[in-house]
Amino acid sequence: MENKAALSAGERLIKSKQNRSLGELRGKILVTLCALIMITATVAVTIFLTVKGLQSFLVNHVSPIEFLTSTNWNPLADQPSYGALPFIFGSLAVTFLSALIAAPLGIGGAIFMTEIAPSWGRKVLQPVIELLVGIPSVVYGFIGLTVLVPFIREHGAGTGFSILAGTIVLSIMILPTITTIATDAMGALPNSLREGSLALGATRWQTIRKVLLPAALPSLLTAVVLGMARAFGEALAVQMVIGNVRNLPESLLDPSATLTTIITLNMGHTTYGSVENNTLWSMGLILLIISFVFILIVRYLSSRRKI
Amino acid sequence: MKKTKLLSFAALLILLIGILAACGSSNGEDQESNGSNETDQETDASQDSESESDEGASAEGASGSITISGSSAMQPLVAAAAEQFMSENPEADIQVNAGGSGTGLSEVSEGTVDIGNSDVFAEEKDGIPADELVDHKVAVVGMTAAVNPGVGIDDISKEDLKKVFTGEITNWSELGGEDVDITLVNRPDSSGTRATFVNFGLDGETPAEGVTEDSSNTVKQIVSETEGAIGYLAFSYFTDDSVTAMAIDGVEPTDENVQNGEFPIWAYQHSYTKGEAEGLAKTFLDYLMSDEIQTGLLPEQGYIASTKMQVERDAEGNQTDK
Repeated sequence: MENKAALSAGERLIKSKQNRSLGELRGKILVTLCALIMITATVAVTIFLTVKGLQSFLVNHVSPIEFLTSTNWNPLADQPSYGALPFIFGSLAVTFLSALIAAPLGIGGAIFMTEIAPSWGRKVLQPVIELLVGIPSVVYGFIGLTVLVPFIREHGAGTGFSILAGTIVLSIMILPTITTIATDAMGALPNSLREGSLALGATRWQTIRKVLLPAALPSLLTAVVLGMARAFGEALAVQMVIGNVRNLPESLLDPSATLTTIITLNMGHTTYGSVENNTLWSMGLILLIISFVFILIVRYLSSRRKI
Repeated sequence: MKKTKLLSFAALLILLIGILAACGSSNGEDQESNGSNETDQETDASQDSESESDEGASAEGASGSITISGSSAMQPLVAAAAEQFMSENPEADIQVNAGGSGTGLSEVSEGTVDIGNSDVFAEEKDGIPADELVDHKVAVVGMTAAVNPGVGIDDISKEDLKKVFTGEITNWSELGGEDVDITLVNRPDSSGTRATFVNFGLDGETPAEGVTEDSSNTVKQIVSETEGAIGYLAFSYFTDDSVTAMAIDGVEPTDENVQNGEFPIWAYQHSYTKGEAEGLAKTFLDYLMSDEIQTGLLPEQGYIASTKMQVERDAEGNQTDK
């Protein structure tokens, strides 16, 4: 029995030697194919979106300047106007505001997990964060609609549908992204930094603030930017709580709209090739361009990473 | 080395675009040839299925497969009807997708689906060759203003309704209701529900800005939870006391009042085919118009039978007695 197994193992070794070059080649082709599919998919989507997104300007002669700067969005009026500025503003506003809330929380949580209570802190916080990632965005939206919006309505002014509601929902949604990447960044810092700082007589807080945070800063910023990219692209949850009006908001408690919510609200109702449909594609193009900017920022920050 | 990489990348790109283009063009052809194949098969298969189908009098049988897409308001009805149809005709395969009226109209005029559902006339949408499409008015949906029960009003004149939605009246006390501010809940510009409500409820006046939501369930939830809120919903959503259905000019929002033309806000639910319906598409549309569906499934699902309408309306919105 044992003999047989040994024999077959030996046979297998010999066999694998024979098949080695073939296996090498097969593996190489397989992974290259994977890479190529990924690249072509990305390139194809980009080309498609660019072509579609430019149609409203090239075919329907919507003025790009009006599109980017006018605050008047009324595609179905007798004198249609296509100003997407309120939506671009809304998108950027909820993105930056949610990053403003989620970044300190996420980085704070990361410091807690890596520096203050590495053992039990990680044990408790890690599953919580993973749970947050697993909740689908429609659930966030639904909770926002049934809990957050009435709460803001009762304790603030207006209807409750507001930039504030959108910001809060988004900051909870991007918290896991920021926390996870920030925790990895802090954990990757070499121990010599901590030991050196402590040996010089610095307290734990001084070590964190003066040594560890500056050293991890590029990675922490990457975490924040990736979180913002997620917030920027989120549609469903925001749509349910932000109110989706086309006016430029004047305060945090005013309803607003984002590029993504306007696209999801209107896409199904419009017909292919109509001006309105094309302007929605243009909004998609703007989303893509701004996402690219986010990625460029991330790449720039990672190139500055020292450790 | 670099050059070859670049070259291969460019070649790949060209290949990809070529494949995409080929896919795009061959799709249509495939479908057309499929269609003719199906009719061939159907003539064979129809012999046995014909004996079963009581009303499918056409020579075409009830086998093969068709795809339906479009209006999400119609999706539950068509999907339920398709399910019933398929259980009676196991040879048939009917796929029903939702995606919005615009999508349905676009796809049916491109020929990518066999039936496109829409809650507006094809003539009302830009970029749709309406003269190539054949309209089948499957059902009628009545709509009315939905208000939060706390406003204390359940009847409103059309003039007041316009004033409410254009923002001229901002508090319910001005109409004799409770002293609460009015909150408008709108639908997106392109929505068929909004178009119907604006055309026949507000006589074409543009509503003021308000919270905008697409899904009827969300609108219902917002109206039921927000003090002083008013929106508009299809009759089928008034199933409980959480929102109040408004009577307009004293006319109750009931199926009967829509059928006899008293109640103004209603819309057809259209099923469009490109050219006259053929094969399974025709059999299925006939099935939708049959008494079994019109008096059974339709009212069950909250729609109004289009065969029972005593008035009719054309694409311009002119209403005439049948």
